[in-house]
Amino acid sequence: MKKISTQHVSRRQFVRGIALTSVSAAVASYLPSSFAAEQMKKMLENSNPDVPILQGKQFEIVITEEMVNITGTPTKATLYNKSIAGPTLVWQEGDTVTIKVTNKLSVSSSLHWHGIILPFTMDGVPGFSYEGIAPGESYTYQFKVQQHGTYWYHSHSAYQEQTGLYGAIVILPKEKEALEYDKDFVVQLSDWSDVDPETVYSNLKKSPDYYNYVRRTVGDFSNEVSEKGLAKAWNGRKMWNKMRMSNRDLSDVSGATYTFLMNGLAPNAHWRALVNKGEKVRLRFINSSAMTFFDIRIPGLKMTVVAADGNLVQPIDVDEFRIGVAETYDVIVEADTDKQPYAIFAQAIDRSGFALGSLTNNTAILASAPALDSVPNLTMVDMGMDMKGMDMKGMDMKGMDMEGMDMKSMDMKGMDMKSMDMKSMDMKGMDMKGMDMGGMDMKGMDMGGMNMGNQDGFAPIDYNPQLPQMEVPRKRGYQTTMRASNPQYRLADPGAGLRNNGRKVLTYADLKNIYSTKSLPKPKRELVLHLTGNMERYMWSIDGIPFDEAPPLRFIYGERVRITFINDTMMNHPMHLHGLWSELETGDENHLPKKHTVVVQPGSKISFRVTMDAMGDWPFHCHMLYHMMGMFRRVQVRMA
Amino acid sequence: MKIFTHVIVMATLSCFLTLSNKVSANTDLAADPVKLFSPEKEAKLIELLKKAGKAERDPTLFYLLFDQLEFSSQQQNPLSWDSTAWIGRDSHKIYFKTEGESVSGETDSENQLLYSHAIFPFWDVQAGATFDQSTEGKDQNWATVGVQGLAPYFFDTSIYLLLNNNNAGVSFDGEFDFLFSQRLILTPQIKVNYYSQDQPEYGIGSGLSSSELGVRLRYEINRKLAPYFGVKWQKSYGATADLLKQANTKSSDVSVVAGVRFWF
Repeated sequence: MKKISTQHVSRRQFVRGIALTSVSAAVASYLPSSFAAEQMKKMLENSNPDVPILQGKQFEIVITEEMVNITGTPTKATLYNKSIAGPTLVWQEGDTVTIKVTNKLSVSSSLHWHGIILPFTMDGVPGFSYEGIAPGESYTYQFKVQQHGTYWYHSHSAYQEQTGLYGAIVILPKEKEALEYDKDFVVQLSDWSDVDPETVYSNLKKSPDYYNYVRRTVGDFSNEVSEKGLAKAWNGRKMWNKMRMSNRDLSDVSGATYTFLMNGLAPNAHWRALVNKGEKVRLRFINSSAMTFFDIRIPGLKMTVVAADGNLVQPIDVDEFRIGVAETYDVIVEADTDKQPYAIFAQAIDRSGFALGSLTNNTAILASAPALDSVPNLTMVDMGMDMKGMDMKGMDMKGMDMEGMDMKSMDMKGMDMKSMDMKSMDMKGMDMKGMDMGGMDMKGMDMGGMNMGNQDGFAPIDYNPQLPQMEVPRKRGYQTTMRASNPQYRLADPGAGLRNNGRKVLTYADLKNIYSTKSLPKPKRELVLHLTGNMERYMWSIDGIPFDEAPPLRFIYGERVRITFINDTMMNHPMHLHGLWSELETGDENHLPKKHTVVVQPGSKISFRVTMDAMGDWPFHCHMLYHMMGMFRRVQVRMA
Repeated sequence: MKIFTHVIVMATLSCFLTLSNKVSANTDLAADPVKLFSPEKEAKLIELLKKAGKAERDPTLFYLLFDQLEFSSQQQNPLSWDSTAWIGRDSHKIYFKTEGESVSGETDSENQLLYSHAIFPFWDVQAGATFDQSTEGKDQNWATVGVQGLAPYFFDTSIYLLLNNNNAGVSFDGEFDFLFSQRLILTPQIKVNYYSQDQPEYGIGSGLSSSELGVRLRYEINRKLAPYFGVKWQKSYGATADLLKQANTKSSDVSVVAGVRFWF
């Protein structure tokens, strides 16, 4: 084992931070090639001293129950090799790695390699690739490493991710990447709760806004009244209230119970990266949270995004990026740490807290956290109604053809849109054919200035509505509250809370594979899946059908399929397909970025292509821990 | 047929398990799972799939809410309550609801045992029985059907139709939360009862019989525990009010209440 530690973090600074009862000394053989050794030298020299780094071809991981103290209250955790996060595994592309995982819990456990291309028997998902690892038993994984980049691993059993079973994987490339940097750090984000996950889930089932402390208040309304006047403020609220939807429904589980961790450290324990002036630093962000999306920025610095979900993308400079649960992004930054320390600031999407670290040339000098942004409001766009920046006063929709748009299920009958102004409305690419707005009072609307032309760069270039559709069962009933009436490709939309914030924010539209994807075959079939739910009952499903009631999705080995998600909910859903790459249609046909986890924004749609090049049964699911039981499908790839 | 295919696939997986556990891993194993199809071990695998260390999507839960447990400023400070308990899953639940008042040893209560079925996104349909009980012996039972749910504009609503040999009634309960802050919440509530027949022996007059209008301000120490105070205005109408007048009881009464709301 190579355990890299630092003296800079004194124990005193761990008060109310993380204090593990013990730190393991697991051993892995360490025989790096000279190139790998050079890469390793850049690696993680100042990572959390309690998170070991293991490198080599043989690994031993032991799962145990430990007491940790993250909030001041000692609480039971489940850990890989007794550390939170689990040890960082460093592999070499081309190696065959062998990992023996022993479960010393009293319940079944598992270890899944997130984003790793491997035989499905090695994927580590109970009920798919094996039975899980029974108490006292071991399971030995062995596979050839066929990729490089930033990945992670976690338990796929019960709610064990929430209680600490996750760790980072860094795979060193066979051939040198065209990236210039001097230091390399994993920045693994996670959310910790002292409350056991079963209780969190039952709280949500009994009271879905249990952890939501950013609900709308009377004060919010009176502010709107004083800003816009009573009529406008009321109209703004009316539709939400009628639909029984909240525009503050940002996170199901929040900082009310979560402490947000960076490399296993709470904000007060403050993870720190020792960086000297002039050094270029690669930061490998991994979101290992159970339920939290983070908006990440390093105030004062531009970040160059160089990889997404382990795969290199054309470098793009941003001020900020949103990372969905289970996604990874690699960025390169250069900080003049002689001038000041820089905060690595990851605020939760609902602004209920943050994870924090520092880039500094002296680990005693720490950056302070900037103020949290104000709590965003979801808009009608997030409901799947493309009404960007719309002010509806004096709207005239006489000339519009809205027949057939299915808004019946949105309960908009009787919606009062008198006095709307849609003149400056941008409805490019909006498909309103077939809209049914019967009963909506739109008299007096003027949409004269509306631009409803097709929007370049948004709708995928190659979209072919003629693709044969795969037939899947669909249900509508008490498990589904909403349907996105007009879901849009919102690749260039940074999402609620990041729109027009004055910073350059990464969006999916910015992701371009560094390699050409020109020669990839075109998809022959399309599968459209609706992400569905009922927030009031806290139920989640796909096409209204939960996993345990759904037939598997069957694909033929070698075929290329287009998969389109339509999000009929107001939550982000990070959809993760095991064992197969999701090649995202971002508008640039020649540079489709490869992802393992695709975030489907509220009320939006998104398409990607998958070559079914791996036999077996693969899980395909929302990575939100408390959505996952329902929002899950079994993908079967078989010979024709 | 689909199930059969499924079973075969599962059996294949099972073969892999056995093999891969022994030889740790063989990348070629998964190269062609078709070859390994075999219907063996199907039962075991289906069973395994069900368990598989997965969290339960739709667990059986138990819920107990005391929406109101309060003393009022009326004479002898009666203790009153309004409580809901259920056990069940997403679609099927058994509800027990009770509300009533107890003053100097005399208790009046309305208790309901209902089967509840989720039918619409925001609404459950419920059916069962209502038991009116009082120490004065004015007990009366009703067959009950109704709906409970969240009406547009976030009104928590329940409405029940009560029916027995002697009478028919409708009871309505609606409440709404105004959030002054994330913890300070004002809840107006309205309850209305309507009966089709006079039942003087039970203190029931036909027509709109009684209403209760309450406004309670609670502070959520946490989501599950909130002390509150408020006012309630109980009023009887028409024939029911007449009956109360005969008994020298006020047909309209405003009182101050203080209590605690809690659930688990």
